[in-house]
Amino acid sequence: MDFPNDYKYTKDHEWVLVKDGEAIVGITEFAQSELGELVFVDLPSVGQQVTQNGALCVVESTKAASDVYAPITGTVAVVNEALQDNPGLVNTSPYSDGWMVKIKDFSEEQVAALMSAEDYQALVGA
Amino acid sequence: MRRTPLYEQHVKAGGKMVPFAGWEMPVQYSGIIAEHTTVRERVGLFDVSHMGEVWVTGIDAEAYLQYLTCNDVSRLKDGGAQYTAFLNECGGVIDDLIVYRVSSEKFLLCVNASNTDVVFEWMSAHKRGSVAIENASAEFGQIAVQGPRALSLLSEVVEGIEVADIRRFTFVQATLANVPVTIARTGYTGEDGVEIFIPAGETRAVWECLLKRGEPYGVLPCGLGARDSLRLEAGYPLHGHELATDVSALESGLAWIVKFSKGDFIGRDALQNQRDAGVGKVLVGFFLDAPGIARQGDVVLDGKGAEEIGVVTSGTKTPTLNRALGMARIQATCSAIDTQIKVRVRNREIEGHVVSLPFYKAQMA
Repeated sequence: MDFPNDYKYTKDHEWVLVKDGEAIVGITEFAQSELGELVFVDLPSVGQQVTQNGALCVVESTKAASDVYAPITGTVAVVNEALQDNPGLVNTSPYSDGWMVKIKDFSEEQVAALMSAEDYQALVGA
Repeated sequence: MRRTPLYEQHVKAGGKMVPFAGWEMPVQYSGIIAEHTTVRERVGLFDVSHMGEVWVTGIDAEAYLQYLTCNDVSRLKDGGAQYTAFLNECGGVIDDLIVYRVSSEKFLLCVNASNTDVVFEWMSAHKRGSVAIENASAEFGQIAVQGPRALSLLSEVVEGIEVADIRRFTFVQATLANVPVTIARTGYTGEDGVEIFIPAGETRAVWECLLKRGEPYGVLPCGLGARDSLRLEAGYPLHGHELATDVSALESGLAWIVKFSKGDFIGRDALQNQRDAGVGKVLVGFFLDAPGIARQGDVVLDGKGAEEIGVVTSGTKTPTLNRALGMARIQATCSAIDTQIKVRVRNREIEGHVVSLPFYKAQMA
């Protein structure tokens, strides 16, 4: 199982990567394998304010709907529209094409305080 | 947590084990979508050993079942199977089940795993006449073989009978992998196929034989996830979703198995009164027409979103149709096909419309 080193992680299995002033957010490979094949991603609206540990979006498998939480506080700048037609990208490419939202107006300190790849890997015991 | 005789086979095959009705069962192996598609196009194996089996024997067995179930048991001949339900005095559904008639004095009932104990207590408490009832759940393993290639696969491995001669909703004794089994042409997927009752200790031999000999047919073991999405496309109700002890059988899509003409049975008076007064709610199918997935418990509104008219009983986005759909119990006045509805999913109201059930119907020979 993959845990990219330059990403930050949460105990709820989201990841964050800061790039070009925005924080890209998705769910981890561990999370997608636990959820199974996704058939729908209910994305937030652009401009929506999100709060750390508050609801960010909902991912749905055939079986169930699961919440994805905002790893950090900020404003939704961009959502991954490709997931509307192809939610399976989260399964096949959780750290890249399967990203969910980009957040702006966030605090670098909040990102820095998230878990390292090493700590997250220890958490999921993979 | 109980385990079926196939627990080790599931773990070895990569089955993802989850708790279900007090059992550790595989929710999926390769993936729900692949398993669902395999059943629609080829053939899938399901371990349904968790289902409950009850023997009813004695000279009054038929009369007893006629009083305890709502369908007409007297229509069954030896070797015949019937879908029916146990109702309470209010007409609510204690469980749905299949009754298999071995003879007029010997019946086997197959009930839901989650309700086996409740059903057995209910049957014991309402015993009448000369009957013996026996909870034989631990004695049976059960495997469902479902899909358009199910009968071809079976005809290769079953000895003693012509599989193609087993008509729908009948059963026969046969031999499979040197094991004496009962094969019923029934299922819960909307595809052709059978359900096989096996002496518990021999279940593994039958499972492994079907998996191995099924390879050329593209067989896959399938879990509870695919079982649920397949039954939903086929429009079959599930106890705890469409069916409940506090909801009338007539509001649960079961009117077709409630036989008022057969004489007295538990729940009859309540249902007759309800029928005479008019049934207020009915079970319908629906499609969503905007992005989103409705789930059990979501509120259904009229097309303008003005009034609550019911509740979703099951919902998902199913693999074969690749659409968000579900079943809902709604006001009868809003239940005509094509009626516009809305479903409240989290904070949004998603447009949809009423459709006829089933969502999917197999082309069977």
